[in-house]
Amino acid sequence: MRALLRRDLTLAFRSGGGFGLGLAFFLIVAILVPFAVGPENALLSKIAAGILWLGALLACLLSLDRIFALDWEDGTLDLLATAPVPLEMVCAAKALAHWLTTGLPLTLAAPVLGILLSLPPEGYVWLIASLLLGTPALSVIGTFGAALTVGIKRGGLLLSLLVLPLYVPTLIFGAEVARRGAEGLTVTTPLALMSGVSLAVIAVLPFVSALVLRVNLR
Amino acid sequence: MALAVENLSVARGGLPLLAGVHFRVAAGQALILRGPNGSGKTTLLRSIAGLQKPTSGRVECAEDAIAYAAHSDGLKSNLTVSENLAFWADVFGNDDISPALEGFDLKSLSDRPAHALSAGQKRRLGLARLLVTGRPIWVLDEPTVSLDQTFVAMFADVVKSHLAGGGSALIATHIDLGIEAETLDISVFKTDPTADLGAFDEAFL
Repeated sequence: MRALLRRDLTLAFRSGGGFGLGLAFFLIVAILVPFAVGPENALLSKIAAGILWLGALLACLLSLDRIFALDWEDGTLDLLATAPVPLEMVCAAKALAHWLTTGLPLTLAAPVLGILLSLPPEGYVWLIASLLLGTPALSVIGTFGAALTVGIKRGGLLLSLLVLPLYVPTLIFGAEVARRGAEGLTVTTPLALMSGVSLAVIAVLPFVSALVLRVNLR
Repeated sequence: MALAVENLSVARGGLPLLAGVHFRVAAGQALILRGPNGSGKTTLLRSIAGLQKPTSGRVECAEDAIAYAAHSDGLKSNLTVSENLAFWADVFGNDDISPALEGFDLKSLSDRPAHALSAGQKRRLGLARLLVTGRPIWVLDEPTVSLDQTFVAMFADVVKSHLAGGGSALIATHIDLGIEAETLDISVFKTDPTADLGAFDEAFL
């Protein structure tokens, strides 16, 4: 599993690896929103948390179809399935690698972009906390979607359609944590619910992903 | 007995291809599979490697004994030759890739990224992966595609030394490898593609 994680990270940082695609998209969204809604600080600071969460979610979605598609095309997936690593572990490693190259950089970039959207000072801690606890769920659910659509030509569209509804709970609770944090309200309830969603999908979905991968490999 | 296949039936895309396939490969022996294009060689090998469920029958071998190599080599074009091999060695719990590099004359190419390799060089790298798996039964699907005569001979030498070390091999190929081995023409197991598969889960295909 360490080998797979290391290889995926190496590949992501090499040229054409796709690292930075999500980050660049996130950056573009956060920079363009003030142009689109107008330079009104009060309005911007009200919607900043929601915009940042939505941007992070869409940026995550952008790189999902690479998770398994590349390994499927060059035959690596077949060989991994016959290797002495459980496929569940492969799915977990893939999700972790996706989070490390997408979710984590997005979380770290979010406070910088928060300044552009005039996020209130109280909001930063909860924005980072909510992204840190919420984006792992996005990667794990995305890996499940990628496993479902592996082997389908141009499966990206189907993948987005399958994954989007599954992303809704994380988006609702995550954006709610960030919004309440920015307004100085208590965040316990949405934070607990979002963490619950994250923990549940991390515990269950690698097994389900491995199951659908086995079906798709036949 | 390293590998025993009994009464195996396989299907592809919901159509039965082969039925009643049976053969045995002992340790230190190789078996060459022959058959015209589309006769089910790949499907049979995938079933034996465990990538696909046979419609009936059994494959008997020790657990985690099979190393499978197919048409695509599972190489990452952005990684170098040695990085590609080291990854597979790591996955299979080995750490020494130098015998594999030497076996297929890849030493001089070890720092070259895989996208800069020729088709034959890629194939050699894909086959070198077999040596780092450390597994006794090699299941190979057309291993000599895009290899020139020199490297076909080199590949045959690697297989011979693998067999001499107590390993075994099941090879689907159209050319003469110069390995002393039994040959099995799988077209004798050909089955009627219109036969009813019964409860086969074709929803997944």
